[in-house]
Amino acid sequence: MTRRFGDWALGALTGITMLAAIAMVFLYVPTDKAQGIVQRIFYFHVPAAIMTFVAFGLVALASAMFLWRGTRFWDRLAHSAAEVGMLFCTLVLVTGPIWARPIWGTWWTWDARLTTTLILWLIYAAYLMLREFAGNVDQAARYAAVLGIVGSVDIPIINRAVYWWRTIHPAVLITREGGSGLGDPRMQATLLVSFVAFAALLGWLLWVRNETARLQDEVERLHQQLIAEHIPG
Amino acid sequence: MLALLWKDLQIEFRTKETLASLLMLGLLTLLILSFAFDPMSELRAEAAPAVLWVAVIFAGVLGINRSFLTERENECLQGLLLCPVDRGSIYLAKVAGNVIFMVAAQAIVGPIFVFFFNLPLTWAVARLVPIVLLGLIGFAAVGTLFAAISVRTRAREIMLPLLLLPLVVPVLIGGVKASARVLAGKPLSDVDQWLNLLLGFDALFLVVGWLVFEYAVEE
Repeated sequence: MTRRFGDWALGALTGITMLAAIAMVFLYVPTDKAQGIVQRIFYFHVPAAIMTFVAFGLVALASAMFLWRGTRFWDRLAHSAAEVGMLFCTLVLVTGPIWARPIWGTWWTWDARLTTTLILWLIYAAYLMLREFAGNVDQAARYAAVLGIVGSVDIPIINRAVYWWRTIHPAVLITREGGSGLGDPRMQATLLVSFVAFAALLGWLLWVRNETARLQDEVERLHQQLIAEHIPG
Repeated sequence: MLALLWKDLQIEFRTKETLASLLMLGLLTLLILSFAFDPMSELRAEAAPAVLWVAVIFAGVLGINRSFLTERENECLQGLLLCPVDRGSIYLAKVAGNVIFMVAAQAIVGPIFVFFFNLPLTWAVARLVPIVLLGLIGFAAVGTLFAAISVRTRAREIMLPLLLLPLVVPVLIGGVKASARVLAGKPLSDVDQWLNLLLGFDALFLVVGWLVFEYAVEE
């Protein structure tokens, strides 16, 4: 029952807050004077970016825990978090250029944050492929955990390297976030609701994905048990 | 550990497979990339560090892949794992072997690179040596770990570059940037930021690789 309840409660929370966030973004929040209507995508872009980091952070944590404890629980969590993190990372990479084209005049710049996000995406795409291509479940779990740890150790270095490589645009982003952007309390409220909505979405997707993985493990276990029972010797 | 390294080196002395293929691939990469840039163009000098590093990376991926493919034949890896040595030592020996092969290949490809790109034979070229060396160590540190993994997966030839290339982005950026500065006649002290980055990357991933290698090779 509690499993059902978790699914239901998280789903309901996500639905309500997401609807509220969408309504606020389109109907409630005032249009940014400098950037115009396109600035509204910011309320989805930024929460998605934060949730990407939360999800990938969770991958690193669960990977380390898996190598330490060796329980399937941590592996399932790492796998689920990687998939959900990929989804949010993709959202960030899609919403970013939509905003950047009218504001910066280009879809893409090799700015430190953009580049780091793209490399993150590539690392975790490889992570998911590695899981698919590994020989069996145990190998997949161990290899993925190794990559999960190495990847998370690598991210700060990548960020530093990319930052030194190109240091043009972060300043633009900082002024946008700090000074000009969110002076209006209605904007802050909208961003807050968006954050809650995205956090709930992350939690819900993680829950559902994790449950699916648990059921898959369960089916596999029963399958093995049946084989053992019906094929003697 | 030294015995393990010696074993790999001896195999190489007898077959010369890895070194020959690294060398040829490095040379061919130089050739192909030379076609990509107009020989008369001003851009050519600017492209030189990029070409050098692409050659390093391509040859490196191939060489590192080979280092575990040979172990796979006749279940040699099983034998290695049965040896009463620490898994970390196997890792360090493999990294050392890979670095030695790549350095050896670069020792020949490097001068040819200078020759093709008509670089001035000054100390500037010699200053490339520590940069390339640090880059190769970092590349081998991450590469060896993931070669042990990718050799056990399906589609293993493609898996290693997929895993390795995004992870070694700092090495690539640091290497290209530092090489470009040095080739422009700047002293090494001018690129110490990048050298520190490469050094930090190498140290960090040698330790991480040494720690987690046992999970990458166990059955």
